[in-house]
Amino acid sequence: MTDSIAMAVARPVASKVHVRYKSPTARGRLPVLVLFLPPALLLFTLFVILPMGEAAWYSLFRWNGYGPPTEFVGLRNFTVLFNNAAFSQALINNGLIIVVSLLLQIPLAIWLAMMLAHKIAGVVAFRLIFFLPYVLADVAAGLIWRFVYDGDYGLFAAIAGFFGVATPYVLADRDLAIYAVLAVVVWKYFGFHMMLFIAGLQAVDRSVLEAAEIDGATGWQKFRYVTLPLLGSTVRLSVFFAIIGSLQLFDLIMPLTGGGPSNATQTMVTFLYTYGVTRMQVGLGSAVGVVLFVICITLAFGYKRIFMRHD
Amino acid sequence: MTQHHRKTVFDADRFVRLAAATAIVFASGSGFAYAQTVVKWMHVETVPAYIQVWEEIATAYEADHPDVDVQLQFLENEAFKAKLPTLLQSDAAPDFFYSWGGGVLRQQSQTGALMDLTEAMNADDGAWAKAYKPAALAGLTYDGKVYAVPYRMGTISFFYNKELFQKAGVKAEDITTWNDFLQAVKTLKDAGITPIAGGGGDKWPLHFYWSYLVMRNAGQEVFDKAKNNEGEGFLDPAIVKAGEQLAELGKLEPFQGGYLGATWPQTLGVFGDGKAAILLGFEHTEANQRNNAGDGKGLAPENIGRFPFPVVEGGAGLVTDTLGGLNGWAVTKNASPAAVEFLRFLTSPEQERKMAAAGMIIPAAVGAEDGLKNDLMRQAAEQLAASTWHQNFFDQDLGPSVGRVVNDVSVEILAGQMSSEEGAQMIQDARELE
Repeated sequence: MTDSIAMAVARPVASKVHVRYKSPTARGRLPVLVLFLPPALLLFTLFVILPMGEAAWYSLFRWNGYGPPTEFVGLRNFTVLFNNAAFSQALINNGLIIVVSLLLQIPLAIWLAMMLAHKIAGVVAFRLIFFLPYVLADVAAGLIWRFVYDGDYGLFAAIAGFFGVATPYVLADRDLAIYAVLAVVVWKYFGFHMMLFIAGLQAVDRSVLEAAEIDGATGWQKFRYVTLPLLGSTVRLSVFFAIIGSLQLFDLIMPLTGGGPSNATQTMVTFLYTYGVTRMQVGLGSAVGVVLFVICITLAFGYKRIFMRHD
Repeated sequence: MTQHHRKTVFDADRFVRLAAATAIVFASGSGFAYAQTVVKWMHVETVPAYIQVWEEIATAYEADHPDVDVQLQFLENEAFKAKLPTLLQSDAAPDFFYSWGGGVLRQQSQTGALMDLTEAMNADDGAWAKAYKPAALAGLTYDGKVYAVPYRMGTISFFYNKELFQKAGVKAEDITTWNDFLQAVKTLKDAGITPIAGGGGDKWPLHFYWSYLVMRNAGQEVFDKAKNNEGEGFLDPAIVKAGEQLAELGKLEPFQGGYLGATWPQTLGVFGDGKAAILLGFEHTEANQRNNAGDGKGLAPENIGRFPFPVVEGGAGLVTDTLGGLNGWAVTKNASPAAVEFLRFLTSPEQERKMAAAGMIIPAAVGAEDGLKNDLMRQAAEQLAASTWHQNFFDQDLGPSVGRVVNDVSVEILAGQMSSEEGAQMIQDARELE
């Protein structure tokens, strides 16, 4: 029974409207294109395409940023990169952040959204509270949590002192630091995903849920077979944002740990900054940029092709 | 005198002058009639009192030279380092900027972004050059060319909390060798006192240990060879031995809890709050610990003692070899003559004496030390004056990429994450990639 509902939901009635891109509009399009495309195209080329090409070009040089790059080293920067233990750690950490975002953050966001999607008293206040961390600037959030974790004067020190146990210095602990960072990541971004889901849930047709209720579906069945499938496009979008966001994580980590201790909390972008920018190795930094770009593009387009075809 | 973050409400006189200059620019296309020469001075100083001293010097200079407008431009330390390469190659380059000398300055000089000051310094029988200590000038000279105006010198040494030493029964005078030092650390630890405040989060505060151990073990000759990628480089047995001694210190777990995440200001705070007995720090540690202490007061000056980094048995280095800063002002290629003139004024003995009196610097200008009022600063100046080999900070001298690897390696060895050989190999690899 429930299956058939899901089927009905998953396949909405196809109502294709054939749009003909022919006259009379076609004649009017050319001037519009000529007038309106160049500014955007120019800016996009100048600030997006060109820098990407430049980064790819610089990644083949050993260059400290002064004068034009002259010392061509082929793919050596990439060899150095993939033999670098800190970069491997950064890749692992990026993977870990994606996994935690998907398995912890999104379910948490859905769960909270389910509770906050209805019109009950105080719901707006709760939405605001949960959304607040997302509004906060990343660096500010990082600094706040650095204080929370501080083993001498921070919140953790106070809690440990209250219970009379030795203070854990989580951010200075090679094994714990990344989990401390992950906790902040989840705290910071779940509100954003929650908002996405609330919007998605509000678009769910009440009558479908009522139909399921009449058919005797339990709460879990309603969620599993009605709400979740109807929320499909939102989930796919949320996962997409989570993956891309995780890959680019930087400003939260810098004030927290700066990638340390012993590179334990390095991500690809913090690695790029630490090894490329501060060490004046523009070639190596560009190589990281190229790798990051390839990973992002592959994931983004692959994901869109496979999972978001119908959205 | 203008400063970007100073709140000047309205200055009518200035406004009129500016308007006049603008009018002329628009009228004739070249408006130098009323225009002032703007001297752009870029620095990384964060202590308001010190900036105040500079502002006073600039104002005094402007009073004598009405055609000059000195502008202080501030950039935060790390941002400054990251931005500089781009800035130097743009039209927005400052006239002169703060430099730590070493490999970074060498790189900058090689690109033609800087002004060669040799001729100006040596004019009039070297009148300008003679105003500075020879060691300072030599440290900012590459291939016989002067690329920065000497400003200050510094030295790293141990500072200790006299009260805590007394409590544990440790005597600073008795610490002459590295083994004595390790013994002192053990004694302090047994007395329930955290022996050392360490800033592993910023990394560079711990690279002083490796640097000094290398200097004490290997001596100048071996280090210079390694720096120039000659001989065995950083794999020299004396350098590897330094790493082993560092690992020994690490095994004693001498630092405060969570030192691997601690920034330098936090570390100074730990020492200033009396939570650790020893700090390996800069010449102005006394003022620094006060600024960063929890109560804003820190340790009383008479409670702080100072001793040089001890020698190692059988090492080639002397106890009088010093590690420390050598700072100058690098002048950019297109700087105006007025900027160079002002810089000469700024670093003259008279002005540096004022800065010494304010406790800002150990002057690089000859004869300005008598301005030093602080006892510990004066001791540092005396140590510098008697230095047998003054070595610039390793992370500056070796250039940005090798230098940062040295910082990484120092922390890893202390934390027991890396053996001395692995560390030496990593530095050597980075050196060879240069």
